[in-house]
Amino acid sequence: MTTVAAKPAAVAAKPATMAQALGRALHDAMAEDPAVHVMGEDVGTLGGVFRVTDGLAREFGDDRCTDTPLAEAGILGTAVGMAMYGLRPVVEMQFDAFAYPAFEQLVSHVARMRNRTKGRMPLPLTVRVPYGGGIGGVEHHSDSSEAYYMATPGIHVVTPATVADAYGLLRESIASDDPVVFLEPKRLYWSKADWNPEHPLAVEPIGRAVVRRPGRSATLITYGPSVPVCLEAAEAARAEGWDLEVVDLRSLVPFDDETVCASVRRTGRAVVVHESGGFGGPGGEIAARVTERCFHHLEAPVLRVTGFDIPYPPPMLERHHLPGVDRVLDAVARLQWEAES
Amino acid sequence: MKSRSLTVMDQRGAYRPAPPPAWQPRTDPAPLLPDAEPYRVLGTEAARKAEPGLLRRLYAELVRGRRYNAQATALTKQGRLAVYPSSTGQEACQVAAALALEDRDWLFPSYRDTLAAIARGLDPVQALSLLRGDWHTGYDPREHRIAPLCTPLATQLPHAVGLAHAARLKGDDVVALAMVGDGGTSEGDFHEALNFAAVWQAPVVFLVQNNGFAISVPLAKQTAAPSLAHKAVGYGMPGRLVDGNDAVALHEVLTDAVRHARAGGGPTLVEAVTYRIDAHTNADDATRYRHDEEVEAWRRHDPIALVERELTERGLLDEDAVREARENAEAMAADLRARMNQEPRLDPMDLFAHVYAEPTSQLHEQAAQLRAELAAEAPDIPDIADTPDTAGTTPDIADTTLKGTGR
Repeated sequence: MTTVAAKPAAVAAKPATMAQALGRALHDAMAEDPAVHVMGEDVGTLGGVFRVTDGLAREFGDDRCTDTPLAEAGILGTAVGMAMYGLRPVVEMQFDAFAYPAFEQLVSHVARMRNRTKGRMPLPLTVRVPYGGGIGGVEHHSDSSEAYYMATPGIHVVTPATVADAYGLLRESIASDDPVVFLEPKRLYWSKADWNPEHPLAVEPIGRAVVRRPGRSATLITYGPSVPVCLEAAEAARAEGWDLEVVDLRSLVPFDDETVCASVRRTGRAVVVHESGGFGGPGGEIAARVTERCFHHLEAPVLRVTGFDIPYPPPMLERHHLPGVDRVLDAVARLQWEAES
Repeated sequence: MKSRSLTVMDQRGAYRPAPPPAWQPRTDPAPLLPDAEPYRVLGTEAARKAEPGLLRRLYAELVRGRRYNAQATALTKQGRLAVYPSSTGQEACQVAAALALEDRDWLFPSYRDTLAAIARGLDPVQALSLLRGDWHTGYDPREHRIAPLCTPLATQLPHAVGLAHAARLKGDDVVALAMVGDGGTSEGDFHEALNFAAVWQAPVVFLVQNNGFAISVPLAKQTAAPSLAHKAVGYGMPGRLVDGNDAVALHEVLTDAVRHARAGGGPTLVEAVTYRIDAHTNADDATRYRHDEEVEAWRRHDPIALVERELTERGLLDEDAVREARENAEAMAADLRARMNQEPRLDPMDLFAHVYAEPTSQLHEQAAQLRAELAAEAPDIPDIADTPDTAGTTPDIADTTLKGTGR
């Protein structure tokens, strides 16, 4: 489906944050469909620790935007039951690492219910998870947990990198009849863009990557919090004579082989960039898929720029862990350019 | 609840300022406490008040249930079931749970509770799909209001709470009854489900079948609580301790708890003290961890014999009635045997058809791979559906019956 503006109005675009766009998406989904229920820790009176749900309890009542007991398995488990009865729950996990207690419910029930019942009882629910680092969070507040979710068949894994996508992808996720783990890049919550909330952009269905920046020299394949890093790296690379293409995956599951491979076949070189650790991380799967499908177009091995394979570091050291512009450019430099000359 | 005119701070459950010394117990625990002894009816004076119709119904269902357990166990020996966790000895719990519910209510069974699902009206062949292994859930949960048989312990309990909560939000007077074993009460999901249910005052009845063992581990290694029913008090809900082999007592307690929940009184935890006469499953060897004398002692407290004695003493059971119950049970067993001896129809393409509403491009590729492998073995394998997973549409929230397959 495509999202539709709630009501047309002559409101000019003005700067909005990703957090505001997410909140607006929740608001519009709740206004449009009485089955949509928001639930989680501190989502009601407080409006969420990131203020994404600000105002929802006031407008829709605390039965539609519910402060739950502090228990993530219970939150997701009860959301499963609500979805079984025909509601469309949107669960907020307060932080990436606090979502782990809900992992059994996600893996053993959320991801399997459609399959287990041969399609008779799908579970339309969305699990919003703030993820990633770069905000100076102390231990357990900065994990990149997407590889765990990607390894679980039956759920979609979606992550926005722009204000407009935050709105559009969240609307699409809530409207989906499949469960979605919606990963929100924490450090982009306060990123701003000119955005007209009265005319939210229609977006393509979940599962389509987008070329954020066209280029001819090499493809940077990335998502979520690393998209701005790659765009910045692409600008910096112009000085080196490289014209880099940046592909924003937007959806890790389903994975858009078509867009990614079309880009790599054009450029002949690829670097995958993400915060998550490299070993067993999304980049390994992506590099393998690209290599299997584009081998004869490749001028160099597909490289990965990732976080180190370490527990997430304390905030005063996290800048050494997070893939930055320099590390991306170093990888680009290793794409065997000498073969061309 | 409509609260548009209220501020956030006025909402139900919102913070209320209180002066520092104002602490007092928020709920009087005394009415929540279970009885000191398991509640019993059969063999007591109170049994005389039991309706003859109910006694006859319970008797017929228990006899049928015992035969079902024997037949299912036999099917494992014939290779027709991958595994069977028997509820022999626990038939009163299974039958009473099913009979306590109205048609619109929901049952949340664990893997040992196929008999409860059958007593509720489910076709035994469909109930046994999981244990036969031809699919995971062999029935439509919404059609029967029976959640999928749940294998990960206690994880179905929060589902029951959420479903009951959703029904109440919609204004439907639906109750959910969730079944769990004594081992399952140690799981975190048991705790979280009871807590959520009590906070939300959700119309849920939790039935713990305390059958003495979690596979091999006895209750003494599972908990230090006075009884499992006592756990209810910590959550602010009533706990009831019942003789789990007394079908009449169980039926009364569960029916009361369901009525209480339906009337808006909130959840109840019921501990049924019973015994797992058979091993954990056909693959288990119970002689490694318990004595035969204990099993024999429990056999003398048999749920069928308890009802039979009451019926006989009141002159309500003649030879014809006994024969009829046995013949019905045999007919069920023969039908089950005959149908389970037929090879199930399997479609390997189902593996890919129900993962998502629409298969991903990757699943299409993998389905094509499997189809090619199968084509080498035999032709005429149908394609994975290119159309959406049509069986799996979401019911409209306005659809109060939830019997249909969707919008």
